[in-house]
Amino acid sequence: MTKSEAVSWFRIQEMFRFESFHMYGIIGTAVILATALTYLSKKLNVKSIEGSEMKFKPKKMSVTRYLLGGIIFGLGWAMTGACPGPMFTLLGHGVWAIVIVILSSILGTYAYGVLQSRLPH
Amino acid sequence: MGIVEFISQPWHWSVSGAMIVLVMFILLWFGGSFGASSNLRTICAIGGAGKNISFFDFDWKGQLWNLVFIFSAVGGGFIAVNFFPSPEPVQIAESTQTHLSNMGISTPQTIADGYGYVPSEIFAVDNLFSIRNLFLLIVGGFFVGFGARYAGGCTSGHAISGLSNLQIPSLIAVIGFFIGGLIMSWLVLPVILTA
Repeated sequence: MTKSEAVSWFRIQEMFRFESFHMYGIIGTAVILATALTYLSKKLNVKSIEGSEMKFKPKKMSVTRYLLGGIIFGLGWAMTGACPGPMFTLLGHGVWAIVIVILSSILGTYAYGVLQSRLPH
Repeated sequence: MGIVEFISQPWHWSVSGAMIVLVMFILLWFGGSFGASSNLRTICAIGGAGKNISFFDFDWKGQLWNLVFIFSAVGGGFIAVNFFPSPEPVQIAESTQTHLSNMGISTPQTIADGYGYVPSEIFAVDNLFSIRNLFLLIVGGFFVGFGARYAGGCTSGHAISGLSNLQIPSLIAVIGFFIGGLIMSWLVLPVILTA
C-alpha cells in the first residue's frame, strides 16, 4: 500500500478530481486481474488450503444499503484520504494523527451496529 | 541499482494492482477473503459490543486471521518507510497541487518537506488540535467506519473482491463511494479548508 502510494491523501484527492490515472490504474489492474483469476479459480475448482471452496461470497441484491453506505463511506474517504487498510498502514508510518481516524472509524462501526435496525436497507 | 533502491522507487500502478491481487488470492487460498473494514467490526466485538448489540454478537475468534492482516499492514507500512523509502515525494498532478494550494494545502516537493502521504496542514501533530482538522479526522473516520459497515465493505471488499466476483451490489457500493467522494472533494472540502 505504501509503495503504491494508495495510502496518500494527495492521491485520493487526485483520484476524485480525475487529475491522474494512477489510482484508477491500481484498482483497474487489480479488478481485471482478480476477475480473470476468480473466473479461472471457479472453472478449475481451485480449493483453499483446507480443501474447502474459496470464499467468493455472493451478496444479496439491494440498492439502499449499498448506495447510502457507499456515499457515506466516500464522504469520509475523501476527508481522511484513507480507507481501512491504509489507516493501519499509515500507523506503521508513524502518522500518529491516524489514530484519531482509526478510533472514530471504530466508533462509526459501532454506531452502525446500534442503528442498524432503524436504517433502510 | 541495488535491490533495495529498486524496490524503494514508487511502484508502477500495474505492479501495485498485481500485488493487491496476490494478497487477495493468498487470503482466499488460506480460507479467508480480502476485506479490511470487517476488522473494525471485529474490534468492536472484542471490545464487548456483542453483549448489547446483536450485530457484534458473533464468534470473532474466527476472524483473527483478518486482524493479523491489518496488524501486518502496520508492519508493512513501517518497513516500507524505514527500509524502502521513496527517493522523492509522491508525484502529484500539477492541477491537483494547484487546486490544493488554493485551499491552503501544500504538496511536498522534496523529501525534506515530506513524503506526500499526508498533508502536514491537516495531519501534523502540531496542527492536530484545530477544530477544522479534528472535524476532518473524526467525522471523516466516523463516516468511513459507518459507511463501510452499512455498505458491508470498503474498497477491498467491494471495489476489488466484489467487482471481480461480478457482484452488482458491489458496483452500487462503488458508485456510492464515488458519489460521496466527488461531493466531498469538489463541493465540501473546499469550503471546509478555506473557511
